Amino acid sequence: MAEEPKNGDAVGSGVGGREAEEEQVVNPWEVTAKDGGKIDYDKLIEKFGCQRLEEPLVRRVERLTGRPAHVFLRRGVFFAHRDFNEILDVYERGEKFYLYTGRGPSSEALHFGHLVPFMFTKYLQDAFKVPLVIQLTDDEKCMWKNLTVEESKRLARENAKDIIACGFDITRTFIFSDFNYVGGAFYENMVKVAKCVTFNKVVGIFGFTNEDHIGKISFPPVQAVPSFPSSFPHLFSGKDNLRCLIPCAIDQDPYFRMTRDVAPRIGYQKPALIESSFFPALQGETGKMSASDPNSAIYVTDSSKDIKNKVNRYAFSGGQDSIENHRKYGANLEVDIPVKYLGFFLEDDAELDHIRKEYGAGRMLTGEVKKRLIEVLSELVERHQRARASVTDEMVDAFMAVRPLPHMFS
Amino acid sequence: MGYTKDQLLARLKELQIDFVCYDHPAVLTVEAQAKYVGHLGGALSKNLLLKDKKHRYYVVSALANTNIDLKVLSQRLGLGKGGLRMAAEEALQEILQVPLGCVTPLALINDSARDVSLLLDQGFKSQQSCYFHPLTNEVTLSISASSLDKFLISIGRQPSYVDLEANPAVGKDNPPDLASLAPSGVPTLPDKVENAVTSIPTGNDGLTVKKPTKLAGEAKSPAALQKEKLQKVQSSIDPLAEATNIEKLVKEIMDKTSTAFLNEITKDLNDPQIAPSVSDVVKRRVSSDLEHMMMSLKNAAYTQGFQAGFQATLRSSLQSISMQK
Repeated sequence: MAEEPKNGDAVGSGVGGREAEEEQVVNPWEVTAKDGGKIDYDKLIEKFGCQRLEEPLVRRVERLTGRPAHVFLRRGVFFAHRDFNEILDVYERGEKFYLYTGRGPSSEALHFGHLVPFMFTKYLQDAFKVPLVIQLTDDEKCMWKNLTVEESKRLARENAKDIIACGFDITRTFIFSDFNYVGGAFYENMVKVAKCVTFNKVVGIFGFTNEDHIGKISFPPVQAVPSFPSSFPHLFSGKDNLRCLIPCAIDQDPYFRMTRDVAPRIGYQKPALIESSFFPALQGETGKMSASDPNSAIYVTDSSKDIKNKVNRYAFSGGQDSIENHRKYGANLEVDIPVKYLGFFLEDDAELDHIRKEYGAGRMLTGEVKKRLIEVLSELVERHQRARASVTDEMVDAFMAVRPLPHMFS
Repeated sequence: MGYTKDQLLARLKELQIDFVCYDHPAVLTVEAQAKYVGHLGGALSKNLLLKDKKHRYYVVSALANTNIDLKVLSQRLGLGKGGLRMAAEEALQEILQVPLGCVTPLALINDSARDVSLLLDQGFKSQQSCYFHPLTNEVTLSISASSLDKFLISIGRQPSYVDLEANPAVGKDNPPDLASLAPSGVPTLPDKVENAVTSIPTGNDGLTVKKPTKLAGEAKSPAALQKEKLQKVQSSIDPLAEATNIEKLVKEIMDKTSTAFLNEITKDLNDPQIAPSVSDVVKRRVSSDLEHMMMSLKNAAYTQGFQAGFQATLRSSLQSISMQK
């Protein structure tokens, strides 16, 4: 069982169980750093047992796709993987693969942190010209956030619109919500997976307890089976060996560790993963991005005035407290949020290097860095809103229709 | 179906290419051939038909004493370490339409060989005359390298001479030097445009991943071969996929616009050198936005079509139900 994390299964129980104060807690429902500090990604990689995504792999992607790697790859936002090199081998041989990602629709408002995996997945779709399935886990949110079925279905459709606005290609993308799609071959696979995971195992992986309701405990297979092509007979019938690549944030790793464990036992291929680090809150790495605090993040519905306001007033600065000190000591790039955000969204490598150098040396002031960030974010938000305006309910219906995608590999 | 020796020689005459023919009993090896013509002063050639893992074929034609290392060649072509091997006997017949022991660059006159890559030993260029089989083992054709070039150009080929013994390092900073000689699959106009698009280190032929050109590595009947070729050609040029290829469209739009713009501007500018770099910056900034807008268009158009299709099916179902009553 090489997939097992090093220190046994438990990655801390955030779900109705004891809080592990000494260790950092990373699972699909909770992300907390140790002692209110920063997440230690090296420790996380070691604990989970996945691989670091090194430079040579990024270069290889560039060679195979014939274009520069996505900003997130170049800057190490997507920094870990499982079997990504195998996917590249498969692709090089002329065989194909498909992408699978998803969202738990818990709120209507999406912020940039939510968009990160979707922006990256769009790049993967365009660069490799492969199909994509997007799962909206409305059932999960109904259970965990105690929403009504109607409300979670409604949120799923609303979120789908923002997801579509990221620029996915309707001729290669299938979006589905669990309440609509579960059944048939998908459900058959769910049962196959469920048979292979004991109660003890799922408690160990996800931290469930005797007090958790059975809906939660039987949910994991729902998120596991989109990794298997036979779950989508209208798309991949006859292609049982098609490999799957899952771009996601690293807190989703437990689901797919479980999936990779089960896959060979039911005669399926293991899905590959490419994982991202967490998007920092506006107030800093130690702050928490929360739906109740609109100033903790930049939302896709923000106007440029909102963005300017939020960045100027709430973005945590690594600059010194006075101009003299700043010129003397330079900025602390480790904690500075504007520079971190630019790392995510400023395309030009040379410009980013210049800013980091000048700001770090104290020659550039926080105000200038924030100004640049506001420009970049405003452009992004504007583009998103323009695309979002042309997403209608009919378009969502079309994306979610159970239909063949004849050009999905072209 | 394939050319005969006489047809080939007639073509050479038409092209006013000088050559000499020597008849001898059938020979299967260079050694055997040497017994009959080795003393005549020309350069004997050894010819290999090779195949890679994507079922693409290569004719490597070299001076008899040139050392050919398939592993090195494979790397230089961007096929990895063990990517090349000798093609099966059947391939000689199916693709080059020559008998065993008769591989020759002249076989590329056959249409069945149109996707085969040709690598020529640069050593040929310094020889006065080179010996090849003219589609039969019973004759040796003596021809100069420049005449061979003339022939190759006449059948639509660019002669590529290579130092076959060179062993350059191939790695992260040194892309395979012969990668451009690897066949790129079914050659169609849209593909060529796509190849011209990127300005990123290519090294590999992985630029545009096309379907492997499965030119019947195994024995198949000619009828099945024809049908397969037809199907393959049809599936590689999917008109709908081409028409909705957003990247390609944006690139074309930007190229046209910037060319027109540049033409106008450089008339007035003092320093015409600024214009291209300015246009590059403009292209980069606009391309990304344009691509997003086109994706919105594509999705919206598909949605409209989808709706229309759905309504049409619904109507005809309802009609047929009401007619049943």
